[in-house]
Amino acid sequence: MEVGLKMGMKGGGLNHVGGCEKAKMGFAETELRLGLPGGGGSGEGEVVRKRGFSETVDLKLNLSSKESSGMDANDEKVKVLHKEKNLLPCATDPAKPPAKAQVVGWPPVRSFRKNVLATQKGSSEESSEKAAFVKVSMDGAPYLRKVDLRMYNSYQDLSDALAKMFGSFTIGNCGSQGMKDFMNESKLMDLLNDSDYVPTYEDKDGDWMLVGDVPWEMFVESCKRLRIMKGTEAIGLAPRAMEKCKNRS
Amino acid sequence: MQKKMAYSFPDEVLEHVFSFIKSHKDRNAVSLVCKSWYEIESWCRRKIFVGNCYAVSPRMVIKRFPEVRSVEVKGKPHFADFNLVPDGWGGNILPWIKEMAGAYPWLEEIRLKRMVVTDESLELIAKSFKNFKVLVLSSCEGFSTDGLAAIAASCKNLKELDLRESEVDDLSGHWLIHFPETYTSLVSLNISCLGSDEVSFSALERLVGRCPNLRTLRLNRAVPLDKIASILHRAPQLVEFGTGAYAAELRPDVFSNLAGAFSNCKELRSLSGFWDVVPAYLPAIYSVCSRLTTLNLSYATIQSRDLIKLVSHCPSLQRLLVLDYIEDSGLEALASSCKDLQELRVFPSDPFGVEPNVSLTEQGLVAVSLGCPKLQSVLYFCRRMSNVALVTIAQNRPNLTHFRLCIIEPKTADYLTLESLDVGFGAIVEHCKDLRRLSLSGLLTDRVFEYIGTYAKKLEMLSVAFAGDSDLGLHHVLSGCESLRKLEIRDCPFGDKALLANAGKLETMRSLWMSSCSVSFGACKLLGQKMPRLNVEVIDERAPPDSRPERCPVEKLYIYRSVAGPRFDMPPFVWMKDEDSALGLS
Repeated sequence: MEVGLKMGMKGGGLNHVGGCEKAKMGFAETELRLGLPGGGGSGEGEVVRKRGFSETVDLKLNLSSKESSGMDANDEKVKVLHKEKNLLPCATDPAKPPAKAQVVGWPPVRSFRKNVLATQKGSSEESSEKAAFVKVSMDGAPYLRKVDLRMYNSYQDLSDALAKMFGSFTIGNCGSQGMKDFMNESKLMDLLNDSDYVPTYEDKDGDWMLVGDVPWEMFVESCKRLRIMKGTEAIGLAPRAMEKCKNRS
Repeated sequence: MQKKMAYSFPDEVLEHVFSFIKSHKDRNAVSLVCKSWYEIESWCRRKIFVGNCYAVSPRMVIKRFPEVRSVEVKGKPHFADFNLVPDGWGGNILPWIKEMAGAYPWLEEIRLKRMVVTDESLELIAKSFKNFKVLVLSSCEGFSTDGLAAIAASCKNLKELDLRESEVDDLSGHWLIHFPETYTSLVSLNISCLGSDEVSFSALERLVGRCPNLRTLRLNRAVPLDKIASILHRAPQLVEFGTGAYAAELRPDVFSNLAGAFSNCKELRSLSGFWDVVPAYLPAIYSVCSRLTTLNLSYATIQSRDLIKLVSHCPSLQRLLVLDYIEDSGLEALASSCKDLQELRVFPSDPFGVEPNVSLTEQGLVAVSLGCPKLQSVLYFCRRMSNVALVTIAQNRPNLTHFRLCIIEPKTADYLTLESLDVGFGAIVEHCKDLRRLSLSGLLTDRVFEYIGTYAKKLEMLSVAFAGDSDLGLHHVLSGCESLRKLEIRDCPFGDKALLANAGKLETMRSLWMSSCSVSFGACKLLGQKMPRLNVEVIDERAPPDSRPERCPVEKLYIYRSVAGPRFDMPPFVWMKDEDSALGLS
């Protein structure tokens, strides 16, 4: 072995594949997605509106395997969206000063300690410090995953990340989706009947809700855990989701 | 054919002699002396330590050691603490419990670290081991308070239940009620990691009151300050105590009750907890401070002046865990008050902040290294460092055995000279000849690894991040560090060459972790093929590594020696060579 060989990577320790901490920003175009409504994902940074919910986000998980195969060939060149890489907060949001892009697991402080410190400092602190880890389970999958909701800026980000995590378990054909209107029961029923898997979450009140019915920020605050249910089971949630929606408005 | 020597000891005598040999290393050595010693040692070994749950199978352990009473098993690699190991990777204890349930009905102790423990496992433990006494779950996850209820209800001889830093699904605080009223054998209870749901307090009080041998009690955050006095009055014999939230409205009666209760505890040597501290209540513990040997204030958000007052009351302190609110001034006070200090851990209060929020620099550590002659173990988070400070620390404290420095910003240079910190860490390894554990940070070139390979002959565990220039760095460590057992590396430009050239070394170590480095999938396959007693796990959540050219670097790599062969519980994002490829069939 030639020990004298230098690799010529001075100071280049950080990341052979995803050297760009802002991986997310430039990646959107190359990411293949299904069924994104035109305005998808734009709602979360905005003012919480009273419940009209005319704008909704398509949350069908893109679990079809054919989308991912197109990526493999480009993998070397493409800056891979690693689900764990944190993202700069939305640049259009003036309330949050630009946080440093965080590297996973650095500095080496355990989550338990991070969470304790964050809650001690109070809610006025930057949300980038306060992790919001929730468990994610999927019907039929043998183990749970955990995600930090603060790593994502929108339902679409979350949807993509979940698809990556659980994509190996299912080939669901989600079709293309129109706007979802939670107030319209029959439309919702159609939706749930169509789909194989639907993301649901348990909120602070202990109720199981369909993901997507509240603005993103509100969702992050109230979500305690996620469960990716079979669509047919999730139908049972629809009436309650209706009720809750109506009560809120 | 030689007859058995007349003066050979009968087995019973040997067994009696062996019973005095406690350390695992020594017992392992004893078992290698000759075949009969191997056999005798095997059936009289009572305690087993398995440093990597996948290095050996439970059946193999049971076959060799049929009379075990105490088992300690570790699962995930250390970097799992920082979320680098994806969920679902493995480390489930259930297969072990199932085998042991049948083979070791008299098992008394189970100690687990970084393992997945489900309620099913806990229920099986409760059901299977009639004389079960000790359960320690350190940094474990996967279970809920229902599992704890099963343990409480069934384990009549339980002495120790310690959940340190585990992640527990807190379904209900009522699990404590499951300890029967007739149960009185509790010696140690650590529930500090339980969530914000309050544990049933009256059940806790009654439990504490009826267990006269209780010496360790660590409460969770939800137990309010005004309940402490009542607990302490029922257990004045406590040696180790952890408070809950140490905050309440300032009231003289509450204060004096608290102070009175503490002053009754003549055996108290260790305090922890102290979440949400109201500084005005700190003097309530002054009466016990002079005897304290351990103080864990690592969650206490109190300012330097309050910390200084506190530590100046603790001349016997041996172990201090604290936040960087202590600042350099506090550490200087510590250095002058606490001459018996052996271990110091300073945690960051604002790890993600860009600017320093406190005045804690390398100077604090230098002061402690100068003032505390018995200092052996350091964990220190700070934002700047210099070579001259490190050299000073090394020269002051050649007796250091654990030195873990985390300079928060990766690749931070010496702030005085703007050079790398190679020389500083070099001095540490050169002077501290008994150094067993080292964590590096800051700007470092291959040169620091040369120093480490040359001097760190007793080093057992090394953690490296954002350091080095080339494979030469890794090669220095693998070829030079004779005692190395665990090596964990992230974000370093180390590739295939050093790894393949030192493949044999890997069999002498427990494990190697490399993430965000430059090791190719091809090299992993080759290593797996050439080294049948190594499990080479490629962990990649992006896509299967064989969907890319072989020269592409893998995301994460975990290599460990094993006599159990490939494991059967790998999730989809973990690849290991299969048997076929070893035979060249694929």
